[in-house]
Order: sequence, then C-alpha cells, then structure tokens
Amino acid sequence: MPEQLPLDPTLPVEKLTGAQSLVRSLEAVGVEVIFGYPGGTILPSYDPLMDSPHVRHILVRHEQGAGHAAEGYAQATGKVGVCMATSGPGATNLVTPIADAYMDSVPMVAITGQVGTKAIGTDAFQEADITGITIPITKHNYLVTDPAEIPRTIAEAFHLASTGRPGPVLVDIPKSVQTSITSFVWPETIDMPGYRPVVRPHGKQIREAARLIAAAERPVLYVGGGVIKADASAELLALAEATGIPAVTTLMARGALPDSHPQHLGMPGMHGTVAAVTALQKSDLLITLGARFDDRVTGELASFAPGAKVIHADIDPAEIGKNRTVDVPIVGDAKLVIAELTTAVVAEFANGRADISAWRELTDSWKQTYPLGFTESEDGTLAPQHVIGRIGAIAGPEAIYVAGVGQHQMWSAQFVQYENPRTWINSGGLGTMGFSVPAAMGAKVGKPDTVVWAIDGDGCFQMTNQELATCTLNGIPLKVAIINNSSLGMVRQWQTLFYAERYSNTDLNSGDHHGTFAAPIPDFVKLAEAYGCVGLRCDKPEDVDATIEKAMAINDVPVVIDFRVHRDAMVWPMVEAGVSNDAIQYARGLSPKWDREETGDDLSGEEKVIS
Amino acid sequence: MSRHTLSVLVENRPGVLMRVTSLFARRNFNIHSLTVGPTERSEISRMTIVVDVETQPLEQVTKQLNKLINVLKIVELEDDGSVQRELLLVKVRADASARGEVLDTVQLFRAHVVDVAPDAVTVEATGSPDKLAALLRVLEPFGIRELVQSGSVALARGGRAISDRALRSA
Repeated sequence: MPEQLPLDPTLPVEKLTGAQSLVRSLEAVGVEVIFGYPGGTILPSYDPLMDSPHVRHILVRHEQGAGHAAEGYAQATGKVGVCMATSGPGATNLVTPIADAYMDSVPMVAITGQVGTKAIGTDAFQEADITGITIPITKHNYLVTDPAEIPRTIAEAFHLASTGRPGPVLVDIPKSVQTSITSFVWPETIDMPGYRPVVRPHGKQIREAARLIAAAERPVLYVGGGVIKADASAELLALAEATGIPAVTTLMARGALPDSHPQHLGMPGMHGTVAAVTALQKSDLLITLGARFDDRVTGELASFAPGAKVIHADIDPAEIGKNRTVDVPIVGDAKLVIAELTTAVVAEFANGRADISAWRELTDSWKQTYPLGFTESEDGTLAPQHVIGRIGAIAGPEAIYVAGVGQHQMWSAQFVQYENPRTWINSGGLGTMGFSVPAAMGAKVGKPDTVVWAIDGDGCFQMTNQELATCTLNGIPLKVAIINNSSLGMVRQWQTLFYAERYSNTDLNSGDHHGTFAAPIPDFVKLAEAYGCVGLRCDKPEDVDATIEKAMAINDVPVVIDFRVHRDAMVWPMVEAGVSNDAIQYARGLSPKWDREETGDDLSGEEKVIS
Repeated sequence: MSRHTLSVLVENRPGVLMRVTSLFARRNFNIHSLTVGPTERSEISRMTIVVDVETQPLEQVTKQLNKLINVLKIVELEDDGSVQRELLLVKVRADASARGEVLDTVQLFRAHVVDVAPDAVTVEATGSPDKLAALLRVLEPFGIRELVQSGSVALARGGRAISDRALRSA
C-alpha cells in the first residue's frame, strides 16, 4: 500500500487538466503500476504521471510487452492490469495483448492517447480508430470526448474489467481532452443499467444439479479457468472431497486443484492425460465449473463425452449452451456456485447416492496405466520434458511459471506439478507466441517476493525478448528457461505427423541444429549478457540440475538459460485436430487398449470389468 | 432457418450501432434487416433486428447482444403477438394510358402517390412484409423503375411497454 496520501484522490478539485484528472482517477481506483510507452498524443498524461506518488510507471520496450505485462500482473495478483500507449501504432501494438486478454478473460485496462478531437477522422498523423478496431476484442471500450467524463469513465472501466466475466477495457483519450481544463468529481456510484452480471446462482438450479450429482455413477468435475478467476480453489477442494468425484483441470485451470490430489486426473484436451480425456469421454455427468467446452478440450464436438449429462456453471450466460447442450445451466460466480453446490450435494446425499466406487477404481487404473511420460533422447542430448520437469521440481510449487506457446507450453502444463492457483500463467485461448517474457515480467512486478520462471521456446523468445532490458533496468529479476530446439517445435511436430516430414520454414538455426551457419543465430547467452542479465547454457543431462540451481541463486538480475534440447521430441498424448477424443494416442501410433467390454458403445461396460 | 424479430433497447450513444453490427459479423449471425431510431425517451434508442437463424443460435444472438454494455433490453416479438411494419417507396412506370390502372392498385392497397411525373408515379406504402410483397407483385407488370424499402419496425400488441423497467438504476 502507498504511504499517506498527500491529498485524498477522491476529493473534488475545481481546476485541473484532463491529464491530471486521469492520473487522479487512476490513483483513486488504486492502480499501483502501469506498463507503458509514451508518444505524442499521450504526452500530456505522462507529465502528471511523473509526479504521482502512488502509481509506478514501468517503461517497456514495445507496447505489446506492456499489454502482456499487464496480463501477467493481473493473472498473478487477481488485480486489474494496466497498460498505456500513444495513438496510432502505439495503440495498434496493444491489439494482440488485448485480444489475448479477451480470450482468456483477463482483467485489464488499456489507456491510449488519441489525436485531438478536431483532427479525428482526418487521417491525422498517428491516427488510428482504436475503439473501432478493438470492439470485437474488448469487453467494452470508450472514446472520451469530454474531460469531465474522465473520472466516471475510469471508474466504469475498472469496474467492467474486474467484475462479472473479467476482460479487457480500452479507454481512448484525445490529446485535446487531456489538455483541457476541467473539474474532478469522483463518481459516488457506478450506474450502468446495461451491465448487471449475475453472481448469485439460482437455488432451484443448484438443487437440480445436486440431484444429478447424487444420481451419477460416472461423474467428473470439469474445472476451467473461471475457478481461478473467482479464487474458488478452496471451495473446489471442499466439493471434490465431499463428493469423491474425480476432477480434470483445463489448461487455464492448472493449479485450481492440487496436482497431488488423489482425485486429480490431470489436464484434458488435445495434449491431456489419457485418464482425463477418457474420464470425460466415458462420464455420465460433467460438472462443468468455469470452463467453456473449447475445441482443444472437446476434440470433435459431436463425439465428445457422448453419454454425459451436463451441468454447466459459468458467470457468462452466453457460454452456457454455446457449444454443448446443457441439462442444468447455472449462471453465477464460481466461488458462490461451488460453495452452494457443496451444501446442496451434502444435503442430497443424505437421501442416498449412486455408488461411484467402481468409477473411481477405473479412473485410478487409467491414471496408473497411462501416466505422463517421455523417452530420453538416444544420443545423450537433452530431453525438453526432463528440463521442464526439473525446473518445476527445483523451483517448487510456490513459484510462478509463465509459458509462451507451443511444445514447451504443453510440456510446462504437463510436467510441472501445480499445487496452487495463480502459479501457472499462459496464453490459452489466443495462443500468442511471445507471451512469456513480458507476462512473466508483469507477474514478477505483482509478486516481487515469488520466484517467477518464464519457460519459453526459442521461437517465442525471439518475439519479445527486448523486455529483458525493462527487467534489468527496473529490478525485475525473473528467470527465463529457453527450451531451445532450434525450431518452431509444435509446427515441426505437425509437419512430422501430417506433412510427411517436410519441414517448411520451421528451422530457426538458433540451437544445436544450425544448418548452413557456422554458429547458432542468435547466441542467447551473449544476448542475455547484452541486456545485463546472467546468461547460462546447458546442453548435457547431467548439468541440468546444477544450472537450474545456479539460476535460483541469482536474485539481483534476470537470468536466461539456453537449454539446448533435441528437436525431435514430441508432445504426447495427442488427439489429432478435429477427431474424436476416443482416438487419443499416448505415443505415436499407440492408443490405449481397452478391454473388449470397454470399447463398445455400452457405457456400462466398465463396471462389468471391475466386478 | 427461420426468421425472428428482435426489439432491442440500447443507450443512445455514439458507436452503439457499430457494436451491434460488429457483433453480428464476428459471430457469423445473419441480419435480414435492421432499423434504429429514437424512442419516447431521449436517452434510449430502439433497434428492430430481423435475423435468420435456427432456434439454438437465436439464443446465442440474444445472449451475446445482452453482453454489450450499451444494450439494455431484448425482446423477441412473435408474429401474432406484435405489429410489424415496413415502409416502401416505389417508382412505377405510368404514362397516361396506364396511370389509371396504377392508381386503382394504389387505392386497393391503401397506399399513396407521393410524386407524379409524365411517365411515372412514386408510391408510398406501409404494411407488413407480406402486404408490401403483394403490392410489388401487382405493380411489377407496369414496370418498376426503382424502389427503396425500410427494415421492419415492430411493437408488441397490448398495453405494456418493454421499456418500462429497462432504465431502472442498478
């Protein structure tokens, strides 16, 4: 918390500029940090920002970095992340992180300068219609044309970003509005007649859900990112333990339930565990909590969980029934929904309950028979999964792990053991390469006392690594593990599997497999050193632990490790895009062999096997 | 595919129409017609949107529209429980020999002639989409020079107003 306020930021002030009003408004909503980049049309606001005793501004090296940093900060802390940029190219550089925040429901406010009101529409220098551009990728956006509206707009923007289904809100402020003289009146209440999110679930729906749960023989808790957004992990654990129902946590929900919990079957989806994917397929009741039946989870929708009834709880009514027909819809905040559901289920169980012990034995047996695994490389080079698993083991479950997008992201979701919410941050919906370094920077700013690891790919890292300069200069000592296979690994994996090993444009020449060049380009260790970081390299399995421990011991500057891994490692299990989850392969060409009774359409077959 | 009429109360603010049309484009919904205009309250505009969708996607349309912050209320107006009207202006070829017959048709449909030229008349008609389609079929043989047609506007039958509770403060 900031020290004593020199002046209550909510006190009315008669004469000030729009820019001063903006800074006072940001102080009034409690903003502690802004990631931003100044430019012509936002300059008036950067002047009073310099004097704010409460708001820290971190100067990034690219506006995209500012946006992802705001996302990382928001996901690590649960608070609204704030980024700021100038008009035109500054604003358009925020488009990718805004779209990312929209897909993953991240609370974020983006503030952009705009050309003066008289110049709007004239194709003025650095003019872009950023409110028009971001309509489809924001929860809401504003173009402020009256400086007196700045306090109300900022109050509304933060309210919208952080309540209901969280998301990004953009506030575009013309330069002339920032320089106008106005008065400052902080709104006493927020009155938005078109925005009333339902947070308290309907009692009848909760009771109906409890009845289905009591009658289900093969139920699964299908847990999504909404549980983390709602800070509902404690409630989820209570529900899981009161019911004994097995659970899966999606890519956005890793850490919502401890991985070590015996009922946890792992992550479902395209690269999910056999146990998690199969449990959903053979379930008779999906208890869906803050998840949205994404195509990467369901595979071919028509054959997803064919025998299951569906309870779907979400804060966003539009998610319910969007992809999958629902038997019991529940609109509400996951924290309240899960708590009320637990009470209702316990009451319902008093009247009797279907026996799920056979189902538990079955799901446990899948977990035992098909654990996540990988084969070490044959030539003694590093296996990427081994590296990531060791980072997780050494840094432990209190650290925060932030991934880019691709193979290393999937391995990080699989081979790091997550025990706590908000310790796994990644770009799930949009799949934004380059997310990791700036998002980890934001997470470290929000949680300065927590170890933050960016687990990145060599492709992703080269998109946004300039933020290492920001980290070094601002005392943000994150740790970066580049899982360097010298290629765009996930694309290469698809080329191996589906394009006859024709590797079109996926060779990055950045690691051990540098074709025509004498050396890898770039040298990541030298690059790290150029940015004032400690650069380390590791290319032998026996050096992995020592290298990670060396990085763990450095806490004054950022550390970058170039892990030279072999390039033919693939992410398994895998369900090929667009096919049924029943066709899951745990290694290339290998699918689980179910007993005859289990493979048929008769979903009651499993019980016969057990009994 | 079936046709549905949605009456949508929105805040009268710049950019609201764009938010609605952008949503339809992005979610791959089909707009048949859209009209927007002021209401009895200056701070509220009313849109009448006619969409072609199956029942299931219609629910998505209304849910997604409801997520727009400037949208206050959405009501689906069923054909038999509402009055729906479109406006048609049509320029029909009508020289001296044909003019009488054209004017008879205009009378039959309770339409009006709003402009006369030596070789054409311009007819204004309001009515349900069916009635206007019927009028056009009858006028067609005379020769239609050009026409313009509005989207539907619609109100529910009965004494109640959908805007009654829409603006109550949270």
